[in-house]
Amino acid sequence: MRLLTHNMLSSNIKGVTNGFPLRIEVEKVVEKEVDFNVDFLRNMFAKIEWKALAEASRTMGYSELPDDAESSMLDSDEFLRKFHHALLELHLEEGALVCPETGRKFPVNKGIPNMLLHEDEV
Amino acid sequence: MASRPELQAPPEIFYNDDEARKYTSSSRIIDIQAKLSERALELLALPDDGVPRLLLDIGCGSGLSGETLTDSGHQWIGLDISQSMLDIALEREAEGDLILGDMGQGLGLRPGVIDGAISISAVQWLCNADKSSHEPRLRLKAFFGSLYRCLARGARAVLQVYPENLAQRELILGFAMRAGFSGGVVVDYPHSTKKRKEYLVLTCGPPSLSSATPKGKGEDGDSDSDEDSSGDEENQSVSVSDRHRPRKKQKLNKKVKGREWVLRKKEQMRRKGNAVPLDTKYTARKRKARF
Repeated sequence: MRLLTHNMLSSNIKGVTNGFPLRIEVEKVVEKEVDFNVDFLRNMFAKIEWKALAEASRTMGYSELPDDAESSMLDSDEFLRKFHHALLELHLEEGALVCPETGRKFPVNKGIPNMLLHEDEV
Repeated sequence: MASRPELQAPPEIFYNDDEARKYTSSSRIIDIQAKLSERALELLALPDDGVPRLLLDIGCGSGLSGETLTDSGHQWIGLDISQSMLDIALEREAEGDLILGDMGQGLGLRPGVIDGAISISAVQWLCNADKSSHEPRLRLKAFFGSLYRCLARGARAVLQVYPENLAQRELILGFAMRAGFSGGVVVDYPHSTKKRKEYLVLTCGPPSLSSATPKGKGEDGDSDSDEDSSGDEENQSVSVSDRHRPRKKQKLNKKVKGREWVLRKKEQMRRKGNAVPLDTKYTARKRKARF
């Protein structure tokens, strides 16, 4: 699972008002190279919750991202490369996602987070 | 013909390792899935500016439909309830991210982030109650509600469905409308039982010109081109008379079907989406006697 997806996912448990961002528990991280596409990054930038992305990438062991970002920074190639790497190339292979409110763990196996809820959580 | 898969077992059980294996080994299934997802992507009508979008594939299964999305350069997130199918997707090295989840529990995505959603043959599963806790109406409501929330304003969702009957289609469409979507059903090849495919084309937001439902393939009105152009003189029948044949057999030839009948049959086949030769002056024309 890439941090792009992590940035979109929120906890869906009944009664949880703020299920975002899910905390990451890391067991294994893999890096896969992905083609660099500036248009996609510019398009996505507005939709990304930057704080959550920076925080998540730090948990995954990549601390190059600045704490805050503005759209003016998108002109810098260096920034875009870092953004690209954090967003698309870092994969959480094994570990868990933890709901920030209830502490419920969603296990991640082989890169697939298991977001299935129990019957009493729907 | 086996009965509908929805009636046999819940999706996470029906799509077991054996069933999932078919999605890598059967070229027929792969071909159908690819065609369906290409058409769904076409109906999604994303702006043609070469910018990759973030799409959602609901019921992504083995990632066959995601492959089509990857081929056109988009990033995607896939959701499926069957672990076996997702394992196959990993094996096929699907480019998108995969999530094990149940669409009937809601999608659990942040609001307004997805640029478009497709779903191939998945939504009709929601109409079945496979557990005592399942209530199809609540599951449909949760699904469409969360889909509406996570889509960006003006984004489209194209859901290819196999509704069991008219009531089921109404049910699905009704819940989509109640969630706030505008749009309708596009039916490709409505006259064919086999090739007929239904797509729910939903737009996030109020109805507008751009959200008008596109036309289906093989519908009435777009295939009868030059039918009435030919005169009546060619309206002969394909009858063969042979004086060496006994009289009894010759009689049968009198009831032979004429050009009109042939043209009508060809039109019927065309509407079903079959490949039919063009109508020419040779169509249903009588052969020369010395043939």
